[in-house]
Amino acid sequence: MTNAAVHLEGQQHSLQAHVHDALASGTLHTKGQQHPIKLYLVVWGWLFVLSTCSYLVDYFGLHGYLRWSLILLFMVLKAGLIVAVFMHMAWERLALAYAILLPPVLVLVFVAIMVFESDYTHILRVIFFAPAA
Amino acid sequence: MAETVLTDTGASTMRPAGWQGIAADWSSDQRAFKNVSWGKAMMWIFLLSDTFIFSCFLLSYMTTRMSTTVPWPNPSEVFALTIGDKKIPLILIAIMTFILISSSGTMAMAVNFGYRRDRAKTAALMLATAAFGATFVGMQAFEWTKLIREGVRPWGNPWGAEQFGSSFFMITGFHGTHVTFGVIFLIAIARKVWRGDFDVERRGFFTSRKGYYEIVEITGLYWHFVDLVWVFIFALFYLW
Repeated sequence: MTNAAVHLEGQQHSLQAHVHDALASGTLHTKGQQHPIKLYLVVWGWLFVLSTCSYLVDYFGLHGYLRWSLILLFMVLKAGLIVAVFMHMAWERLALAYAILLPPVLVLVFVAIMVFESDYTHILRVIFFAPAA
Repeated sequence: MAETVLTDTGASTMRPAGWQGIAADWSSDQRAFKNVSWGKAMMWIFLLSDTFIFSCFLLSYMTTRMSTTVPWPNPSEVFALTIGDKKIPLILIAIMTFILISSSGTMAMAVNFGYRRDRAKTAALMLATAAFGATFVGMQAFEWTKLIREGVRPWGNPWGAEQFGSSFFMITGFHGTHVTFGVIFLIAIARKVWRGDFDVERRGFFTSRKGYYEIVEITGLYWHFVDLVWVFIFALFYLW
């Protein structure tokens, strides 16, 4: 009996939190995307820092896996900041976020296909079109 | 008698969050994007299609670079500038990157002031964004001129793999075109903001629809996307 009551109470609580969230995102949109200016300035600063870092990778001439991984890391961080904060994706409903963000991920499959394809082309060129020694 | 009553758009009702929210939002007989206007949704979908276009360019660049047996020209040296007596690698591209990021910052703030109905600040920030964008295009024109003078052509260049030129002109050219159209878009919307079109809900001359301050955010989406594409071009073409 008490157990059931506690259970019910817990459910109600989560429901309340739910409603609260929905309300919050609802009101957010009736006024449009409103966030403190400071947030944009902080992101702006971070984008500057990250761009400087990726430029320094080239400036100091890092090479090999360290170079590629750093370049990709800074690239992904910058892209994430722009999409999440500047384009407000962080505050949109998941239905929109997934509809827009998932399809580009499939491009990675295309990348994989073309890596195989270009490897094979490269080998053919080396075998058949190598300059006569 | 069949009634054709538009089903509830669900914008005002409580919606489940998380995974359940996705299933519920995409279920039949309703609009999927509950609190996003058609204008914003269409801009996002357009940007998605644009993502695929730029992905194809970058992919073809990757394929040519991986499959060529001739060494690829070193971007670090090709795009170096001599300032004073020092040769600084990639400096022009770095400055262009910072300019574009700054334009994104001013644009984000313009959106914010737009929703606060601060006409003067919104228009000023949008024009600042457009000015940064125009500077970017100007520097790109300078870069193109420099490279063409040095003998880079879509079919060849003095330093290595012939495909370098075609990849470079295609990718940066298409991006520069996007920036140029973005500048025009920004100036057009900034003019409307300045004139107060969105306060008096004046109808547009072309669509004869009322405009709202949301158009500033939609313009911003396009502009941030242009910056986003540059992030990838900078990393994959210039730094790689």
